[in-house]
Amino acid sequence: MSATPTEMMTIAAARLLANTDVCFVGIGAPSAACNLARLTHAPKITLIYESGTLSTRPTVLPLSIGDGELCDTALTTVAVPEMFRYWLQGARITIGFLGGAQIDRFANLNTTVVGPYDAPKVRLPGGGGAPEIASNCGQIFITMAMGTRAFVEKLPFITSFGHGKGKGDRAALGLKTKGPTKIMTDLCVLEPDPETAELTVVSLHPGVSREQVQAGCAWPLRFAAEVTETPAATAEELSVLRDLHARTRQAHGVAA
Amino acid sequence: MAEFVSLAQGIEAVLSDGCSVAMEGFTHLIPHAAGHETIRQGKRRLTLIRMTPDLIYDQLIGMACAEKLIFSWGGNPGVGSLHRFRDAVENGWPHKLEIEEHSHAAMANAYEAGAANLPFAVFRGYKGVDLPSVNPQIRSVTCPYTGEVLATVPAIRPDAAIIHALKADREGNVLLEGIVGVQKEAVLSAKRSLVTVEEIVDDFGPRNANAVILPSWAVTAIAHVPGGAYPSYAHGYYKRANDFYIAWDKIARERDTFLAWIKDNVLDKGPDAFAGHALATREAA
Repeated sequence: MSATPTEMMTIAAARLLANTDVCFVGIGAPSAACNLARLTHAPKITLIYESGTLSTRPTVLPLSIGDGELCDTALTTVAVPEMFRYWLQGARITIGFLGGAQIDRFANLNTTVVGPYDAPKVRLPGGGGAPEIASNCGQIFITMAMGTRAFVEKLPFITSFGHGKGKGDRAALGLKTKGPTKIMTDLCVLEPDPETAELTVVSLHPGVSREQVQAGCAWPLRFAAEVTETPAATAEELSVLRDLHARTRQAHGVAA
Repeated sequence: MAEFVSLAQGIEAVLSDGCSVAMEGFTHLIPHAAGHETIRQGKRRLTLIRMTPDLIYDQLIGMACAEKLIFSWGGNPGVGSLHRFRDAVENGWPHKLEIEEHSHAAMANAYEAGAANLPFAVFRGYKGVDLPSVNPQIRSVTCPYTGEVLATVPAIRPDAAIIHALKADREGNVLLEGIVGVQKEAVLSAKRSLVTVEEIVDDFGPRNANAVILPSWAVTAIAHVPGGAYPSYAHGYYKRANDFYIAWDKIARERDTFLAWIKDNVLDKGPDAFAGHALATREAA
């Protein structure tokens, strides 16, 4: 049994999480990764969803950020202004998980528009909680599938700030948080270069070549001096993740 | 004191053409029945305010009720696009929609500032991003104590707030539990408010001393609309119809399937239809 590229992305993200982390969780791959970590090696991890649910332990993945499942299994549920003011702005969150429609080489994200803002070719949902998650969480993990329309040379719109135009830009804005530190894709893991903050491939998922990774990115990618292979998904990781997805499909009324 | 009214009377009382309205509910307790009544009454030129426009504003936008949208995340949660919102912004159908776009933190702070009778909200946000360059309402202030530059947005002060809650008692006090979102702030920031409720009870009975309760004297009107949040949900009554959120993607993708759905499910129906939705969902749950 081997992992699909999307499963590998989720599993690689889950492995980074520890019992001591307090995670601000988004819907989709981040939610799957955080709950996979909770159901395997990090049972005490604290998961927070922006709907106000603190320390939630859902048995199925929520379709929305505010499914009843999240409230039913939470330690407590607070109002949305309190969530953003006391818990997020209050610097209580160690890890924020983000995704996006587009990312650039310094891990800035776009989820707002493709094309001009006033006459967009594609109007995307917008930022939601992301702009302040990106600036107020201790560090940011990003999960995104690769492709040249997603990993782009220049963003039409910066919805969430990553490393700007390079190292030092966060500090220049007065940001004391680390920003994006890990980008998990379906093909590889990237990290900002310690000197330049440019995203650099540090590990390739099993069976993936450098050429494949470059084919999924519109800018010439940098590779770390030593590129490792992401350890293959274990049988336990795969079975827990697949069970979670199966339960979720059943709960949401979608044919499994 | 809050007045008990029918849903039609309530919408008539709090909404007029050209006014601003916040129909709030963060995934939970979204006042869908009130949105449908707004469509049936053919309200026009509304400024719609809501953090997450959701299906309810997709429907109002598609039915030409809105002139402007103030929002922070315009998608179908976990599913994808709001196609009627996109058609309005990308193609100007059914007409051009003015937008004022924020982040969640900004809007949550702005509602709180409105409820607190302040002119603006101050928070640590919008650092390094492009929204301030397209939304002139996003400005900044320098902290008089530390010199830190902080983001500001105007307080939200809608003409009307419309929310859905779990219960009202005979006095017209309103109880919310579960994911309570920004509904309390929306009601307290607005000039007038309509609350639709699942149930009207003689007394709330035993309850947590910190339950979210809006006193009767802070609410304008209450309408009893069981199931009125469907396909959103009401904690302890019925679950979110996630299957309908998934189905909406196909319904709303094309103008003709959207209009046909609205005719069958909104224009040709009344608030009573929601009671059936709630019951069916509860039995399936």
